[in-house]
Amino acid sequence: MALIAVLIIVVLAMPPAREALEGTMILHMLVQIPLLAVAGSIGALAIPRRWRVRVTSWNRFGITGTLVAVIVSTWWMVPRALDGAISSGAMELFKFVSLPLLVGAPLALSWRELPFVGKGFLLANILPMWAVVGWLYVAAPTRVCNYYLVDQQVIAGYGLIAASIAAGAAAIGIGLFGVKRYA
Amino acid sequence: MWFRTVVASLAVCTVGGVASWHATDGLRALTSEQARRLSIARSPRPVPDVLLEDHDGNEFRLADLHGAPVAVEFIYTQCQTLCALLSAGMRQFSAVQRSSGDVEGRVHLVSISFDAEGDSTPRLREYASHYGAARDTWRIARVRDPRDLGPLLEAFGIVVIPDGAGGFQHNAAVHLLGTDGRLARVLDADATPADLARAVTTPWP
Repeated sequence: MALIAVLIIVVLAMPPAREALEGTMILHMLVQIPLLAVAGSIGALAIPRRWRVRVTSWNRFGITGTLVAVIVSTWWMVPRALDGAISSGAMELFKFVSLPLLVGAPLALSWRELPFVGKGFLLANILPMWAVVGWLYVAAPTRVCNYYLVDQQVIAGYGLIAASIAAGAAAIGIGLFGVKRYA
Repeated sequence: MWFRTVVASLAVCTVGGVASWHATDGLRALTSEQARRLSIARSPRPVPDVLLEDHDGNEFRLADLHGAPVAVEFIYTQCQTLCALLSAGMRQFSAVQRSSGDVEGRVHLVSISFDAEGDSTPRLREYASHYGAARDTWRIARVRDPRDLGPLLEAFGIVVIPDGAGGFQHNAAVHLLGTDGRLARVLDADATPADLARAVTTPWP
């Protein structure tokens, strides 16, 4: 598991992958960034249980971890963050570190602890935010990223709206019919 | 038993809040363009003094214009959108300056092409005559040595990306250099002559 996580991050960090994914705004926002977070989640699941329980008193009902993930993941929707990752090596490094360690991992450690109401509350806040950010990208009168063409911004905006709807539908589906373990 | 989680959550919110505040200049700059303008307004920066060539083929440097404010714009002549807006603004500035007759208080206007390959001197001349640019108030220029272009754009914070159809997309704005030649103000691309006059007469940082 840990190996898969490291492998995903290493592959994403290779110059050809970075060029391909960061060259297009929608791939940057909706492929690279989520994959980095997913790598963090996979890595966190590889942590032995006896280590994992040590943090539970600091993360009751998964509240602390969820907060960390929400704050850091929100930053990565800000246009300045996307531009920064392209123009500054430090910001790019922060992206590769923060998304696995501060979004994917804490979310994986917190999701199961989170009560049903907490999960609902989280999704009911995060998913509409994705859609609103997407709509802002679609409707913005000017380019918001200096490194992306205006038509890419519109595509990324629609992509965020679609991701929000898809994730919402999936959450409702799982909540109503689904996999007991996760609901 | 809740104590640790409450403490940790409060710490996360505090650190997150402070970091977000810093990373966005107090929520004032969510885009890199806003950040660029804020940073220039806060601390004016020197720009490299590269050799330029105006639309009549005369060489000059921005430093030659020290002593008077200079308004600089970055364009390419084949641009159908933002540059047209910028150049229409420049034409207005230039007309107002010429009619005022105040030679002392004049702002030098310089449009610099970033299309080093496409924009030859004849093309700049054509562009200048299309917009009625006269060398005494408004120069349409190109860098003499294409290698100077990168550092110049970087100092101003201009990002130029090919649009895939032979043109470019770029951040467009009116850049004001103070009498000391430092880049000190950035105005919107649709700034009016009144905006420019106000920016020039208010005290520099």
